[in-house]
Amino acid sequence: MFGLEKKDARLLILVAVLVAFAPFILNPFPEGSGLAQFNAGYPDLMQRFVIFGIFAIGFNILFGLTGYLSFGHAAFLGVGSYAAMWMMKLLTMNVIPGIVVSVIVAGVFSLAVGWISLRRSGIYFSILTLAFAQMSYSLAYSVLTPLTGGETGLQPKITDPRILDAALAPGATPKANLFGLEMGSSVELGMGSWLFTFNAGYYVAAIVMLVAFYMSIRIFRSPFGMMLRAVKSNQQRLNYTGLNTKPYTLAAFVISGMYAGLAGGLMVAMDTQVGAERMFWTASGEVVLMTILGGVGTLIGPVLGAGAIKYMENILSKINSDILHTWFAFLPDGLEDFVVTLIYPFIGKGWHLTLGLIFMAVVIFLPGGLVEGGQKIAKLFKRKSPVDDSPDGKTTPAE
Amino acid sequence: MGILEVKNVGKRFGGLQALGDVNLSIAENSVHAIIGPNGAGKSTLLNCLVGKLIPDTGSVMFDGQSVLGRKPYEINQMGISRVFQTPEIFGDLSVMENMMIPCFAKRDGSFKPNVFINMLKDREIVERAEHMLEEMNMSDKRHMHAASMSRGDKRRLEIGMCLSQEPRLLLLDEPTAGMARADTNNTIDLLKQIKEERNITIAIIEHDMHVVFSLAERITVLAQGTPLVEDTPDNIKGHPKVREAYLGETQEAA
Ligand SMILES: Nc1ncnc2c1ncn2[C@@H]1O[C@H](COP(=O)(O)OP(=O)(O)OP(=O)(O)O)[C@@H](O)[C@H]1O
Ligand SMILES: [Mg+2]
Repeated sequence: MFGLEKKDARLLILVAVLVAFAPFILNPFPEGSGLAQFNAGYPDLMQRFVIFGIFAIGFNILFGLTGYLSFGHAAFLGVGSYAAMWMMKLLTMNVIPGIVVSVIVAGVFSLAVGWISLRRSGIYFSILTLAFAQMSYSLAYSVLTPLTGGETGLQPKITDPRILDAALAPGATPKANLFGLEMGSSVELGMGSWLFTFNAGYYVAAIVMLVAFYMSIRIFRSPFGMMLRAVKSNQQRLNYTGLNTKPYTLAAFVISGMYAGLAGGLMVAMDTQVGAERMFWTASGEVVLMTILGGVGTLIGPVLGAGAIKYMENILSKINSDILHTWFAFLPDGLEDFVVTLIYPFIGKGWHLTLGLIFMAVVIFLPGGLVEGGQKIAKLFKRKSPVDDSPDGKTTPAE
Repeated sequence: MGILEVKNVGKRFGGLQALGDVNLSIAENSVHAIIGPNGAGKSTLLNCLVGKLIPDTGSVMFDGQSVLGRKPYEINQMGISRVFQTPEIFGDLSVMENMMIPCFAKRDGSFKPNVFINMLKDREIVERAEHMLEEMNMSDKRHMHAASMSRGDKRRLEIGMCLSQEPRLLLLDEPTAGMARADTNNTIDLLKQIKEERNITIAIIEHDMHVVFSLAERITVLAQGTPLVEDTPDNIKGHPKVREAYLGETQEAA
């Protein structure tokens, strides 16, 4: 199917189904119940899941395949966001031109950054990319203020030219849309005490994510992808085998930069504002964490890692001590206070602590990330059935 | 004129003159062995041929063209493949993938961004790689992680990878070190067979005299960075200088 091996096609379909039904899957708890706290099926967060999924998928093409660790990918995301925002201001609030241009601009920018950074490898490469990103961040706050809006950032304004759009109705504000379908519009479905929200923006982003995921599978299975893995494995041998590693690594860098730009463009399409903090080095570090947490060099790992981190960031951080007290109200008073005090550092603002601990545990016990964890569990369940995990999946040459 | 002409090549590492003044001519379609004690500069000489090192003096011509100043991948694309003294393979990849990479390099050149084809659907490459694995007697190991193989198998894989490129000049740096006796003999047979089937020139560095005398048509003895003598195997065997500088030592050691 689509030129994929059976195994990969199954994975793609599985992801597509999960993404399509995410509004149900992520909202398992009825409204108003104590556990509704853990529901993640609201538009904002679901959009973030898929957008950061795209970011991490792209990052993994560079880091997972070639082993080059970039600490500056947030710069490409930010540049993509600014580009998309300008398209909205100048051309139209339709998200298509913005998204397309964000990919192109991020691609050109990453070509320049990659051209220079890839002169070095290892830690020096990482430092160079970090330097570029921090430089972009500082410039966005200072000399580039006319382009970036400086500290206030950019938002669409009623007075923007928008040369392709018809004039706004009096009193209306410019809203991001896809040929009239507003990104913010949602359909709600109540079933008993459950409430499910289907958001247009989420589904647009989700479809883009599926396409991005499909392309990454194709890259992984192509000769080009194999050469990238060969770069990671033994660059010297590759050189003496007549292959020029430079264009391979540069192409991987640009592709992953374009993925980052795409994510940045989508962010603006979903939430029409952008500021320079999007390029800060912590944002670059986050995508590294996502990729490692999910499983470096695996197909689905980065998406899982992005989901896990965004979930913790948004759900764990909202739990406060009052909520804890209601959960543990059944315990005797003294014990209740004790348990709450014990858990408190790990929630709310302390969610970073939880993330840090989980990250350490994964790196130490599951170097292959969440994907390896999943494989281990799967193995427990089907110890008997012969699994075909040969690296080149030779046995099923199915169409 | 040989296919490879090395003239007055010298290389210093700090205070150490690793290569003095090396002149070497390797005739097309011959097997030329380079022998010499440890530290004689044999590997250094090969490094100067494939672009890993740039000699301080002298020239290296391959088929009438200078290789100096060219990048390793360009030199390989000219038709020179090299097997290293310590196996250089793609440890994280499967044996089959290891074999496919040189096949791609041979057919598609030094860079091809073929992102949208499935490498397993590339019949030509798959067949070529499979054929080569069969020749190397490694078909059963095709799905193995290359890093998990024995040292001898890694080396055989590396030889196979180089042969799959059908190089015009094959440089072998102690190709049978670490191999079991049977595999050594297989490798000798394979090289002989390849030699008969197609045009190939082989330069081989080897400590194992059995291998040297089974294959070589000419032998150069290198000691302390300078060639002592160059002659046919029969003459080398009896050469007093060689016995003194080299053969005597290893035969006692062996
Ligand atoms: N990159 C380098 N930097 C410094 N010295 C080097 C370098 N490469 C080789 N040498 C030195 O040059 C001399 C020749 O080394 P070379 O590896 O060419 O010897 P060899 O003949 O291949 O020996 P062996 O049989 O042990 O492989 C040695 O003394 C070695 O230590
Ligand atoms: Mg050596």
